[in-house]
Amino acid sequence: MSTVLQNLVNQPYKHGFVTEIESEVAPKGLNEDTIRMISAKKNEPEWLLKFRLDAYKKWLTMTAPEWQNVKYPTIDLQAISYYAAPKPKKKLASMDEVDPELLRTFEKLGVPMHERAALAGVAVDVVFDSVSVATTYKGKLAEVGIIFCSISEAVQDHPELVKQYLGKVVPVGDNYYAALNSAVFTDGSFCFIPKGVKCPMDLSTYFRINTEGSGQFERTLIIAEDDSSVSYLEGCTAPQFDTNQLHAAVVELIAMDNADIKYSTVQNWYAGDENGVGGIYNFVTKRGLAKGVNSRISWTQVETGAAITWKYPSCILRGDNSVGEFYSVAVTNNYQQADTGTKMIHIGKNTRSTIVSKGISAGHSNSSYRGLVRITPTADGARNYSQCDSMLIGDQCGAHTFPYIQVKNNSAQVEHEASTSKIGEEQLFYFAQRGIDAEEAVSMIINGFCKDVFQQLPMEFAVEATKLLSFKLEGSVG
Amino acid sequence: MINQNSKTLLEVRGLHANVNNIEILKGVDLTIKAGEIHAIMGTNGSGKSTFAKVLAGHNAYTVTAGSVMFEGKDLFELAPEERARAGVFLAFQYPIEIPGVANNQFLRLAYNTVQTQRGKEELDPLEFDDFVRDKMKLLEMNPEFLDRSVNEGFSGGEKKRNEILQMALLEPRLSILDETDSGLDIDALRIVANGVNHLTNQDNATILVTHYQRLLNYIVPDYVHVMDAGKIIKTGGKQLALELEERGYDWINAEGATL
Repeated sequence: MSTVLQNLVNQPYKHGFVTEIESEVAPKGLNEDTIRMISAKKNEPEWLLKFRLDAYKKWLTMTAPEWQNVKYPTIDLQAISYYAAPKPKKKLASMDEVDPELLRTFEKLGVPMHERAALAGVAVDVVFDSVSVATTYKGKLAEVGIIFCSISEAVQDHPELVKQYLGKVVPVGDNYYAALNSAVFTDGSFCFIPKGVKCPMDLSTYFRINTEGSGQFERTLIIAEDDSSVSYLEGCTAPQFDTNQLHAAVVELIAMDNADIKYSTVQNWYAGDENGVGGIYNFVTKRGLAKGVNSRISWTQVETGAAITWKYPSCILRGDNSVGEFYSVAVTNNYQQADTGTKMIHIGKNTRSTIVSKGISAGHSNSSYRGLVRITPTADGARNYSQCDSMLIGDQCGAHTFPYIQVKNNSAQVEHEASTSKIGEEQLFYFAQRGIDAEEAVSMIINGFCKDVFQQLPMEFAVEATKLLSFKLEGSVG
Repeated sequence: MINQNSKTLLEVRGLHANVNNIEILKGVDLTIKAGEIHAIMGTNGSGKSTFAKVLAGHNAYTVTAGSVMFEGKDLFELAPEERARAGVFLAFQYPIEIPGVANNQFLRLAYNTVQTQRGKEELDPLEFDDFVRDKMKLLEMNPEFLDRSVNEGFSGGEKKRNEILQMALLEPRLSILDETDSGLDIDALRIVANGVNHLTNQDNATILVTHYQRLLNYIVPDYVHVMDAGKIIKTGGKQLALELEERGYDWINAEGATL
């Protein structure tokens, strides 16, 4: 192995630092009191407390699912702190009053918290542990009627909207981790695009877990009214700890008639070390309801971090002619595990869905695609195209595909294609013989492999994703 | 062309190499000067292709003894990519397919890497496009091959032309053509040979690894070496190739045995 490669292999996870900041951390453990405490801290209305307690009661009757193709020890949910927040000095009137230590943290992570001209393209909501610390461009967005704020603020300022939509796409008892999230969620982003408005800039949330032994349970709700559109980006990092941390989020999207929601994720949670110690358990429920006619929901995800990634961003295609898309790149290295994919539920007539999934496994890792395409009896003329490609780097890793197809309507067309390939020594030698070293060769092969997905990402994210991927896989060959 | 005053490019001394613990090269000696074309002939399994891959630095082969100096530097001190940047080029017997990577991207990255090494300017995609299209004319290649994945779905002849295209772009000091003639019909052979002849000059050298005399009608060697059981057992001029064509390899083996 060349020395360059060696150096890069030994380069630590660069987002692994901890911010020294005075935090308020709830005692570990989960019971009704914890939930009442969270609700009270956030000064929540009675209906929301009831929502949480309902979820908690459902959760108590449920057991953690075991069907997924990942292995991990039982998580002790009583050993997690369900609330951790940096202590605010006072109520913030503007961005300039955010704790400078936090500003420095996000600057280090490359997240723009200042509304600077150079970064004018994106509005950001920043979530640090359990709370949203800042949202940029709120004023400018409000001018066109867009509400973009933390979900806690939305509960205070727009309770009718939150009450109307929260839990409508992912019901409180949907699954074990969604029920847990519904009981204890602390913050997240809220976004409402009114009728006829095309959101003038990309909206973005940046999630950061900082406190050791805490979990992050955020809740995101995006509503796009008739004839509106929005592109939403999500980024995630966490410090490096030897203990596993749980991130169990719920994301709900609702698109009305002719509305268009594009949701992109670049996930780079701490993945654990090269022996598989530590890292984030990323157990997330993401679902979009394409409620209106001609509506479109598009998920794009680049999953590179987390010890375990377990999520299926899905689309319920209820409106006639609605469209669901899922573009995914999941990279696993060392001892990482991923079981990810999507569900496309066709209910409306002439609904269409596209699934493009690229799994890349290196080291001792395991990557699975699991996807459901369901065509219900009402979905006349529904069409689906699925493509699942896997790439293996080295011979200690695994790739698996679990496609589920249920068709209850004869007029449906469903196509599924799958392939598996391997980056071989001979390919790398061929590159080397033309003067190209292993890192560049792998990066070129991987980028070629992921091209169809990267094309779906907004520009800045695509650049970031490309860099992240080559960084991630350096050292997996050579 | 032989010129006694030329610089020595490659000096191989007592080279032994293993693959999977089996000794394939058993003491190869060879000196190549700038401007020369050397043909290495021999039967299957004689070690010709192994020799080519050892020079290029393939990691399946272990050098157990001997030395190779390339332009005065110890070749074995260099990683495969460093050898390539220093000007050692191997045209593969079986060029590798790289799905998903566009040929033009691959060619440009290789070209720019070598240019940078030589302290020259890199070309941007547009400049490179003009440059590579010009080189493709030499090999009568359709520009559509630029947009396809590297070697994927190329016919045998197209792959070999793509190899020589890379030789034309990288302008190596030492080109090793490993059975470039195999699988080529007579027209493709003529085109590839023309390309190679166009690229040889007084400052570079070429090693042709081949079974057949046929290629040597088109690319005329200054020396012909016969390899057998991991050694060069006979060296002669271009007429040696004709003699081999006529009499086969056995007579040399018999002659060698009496030495």
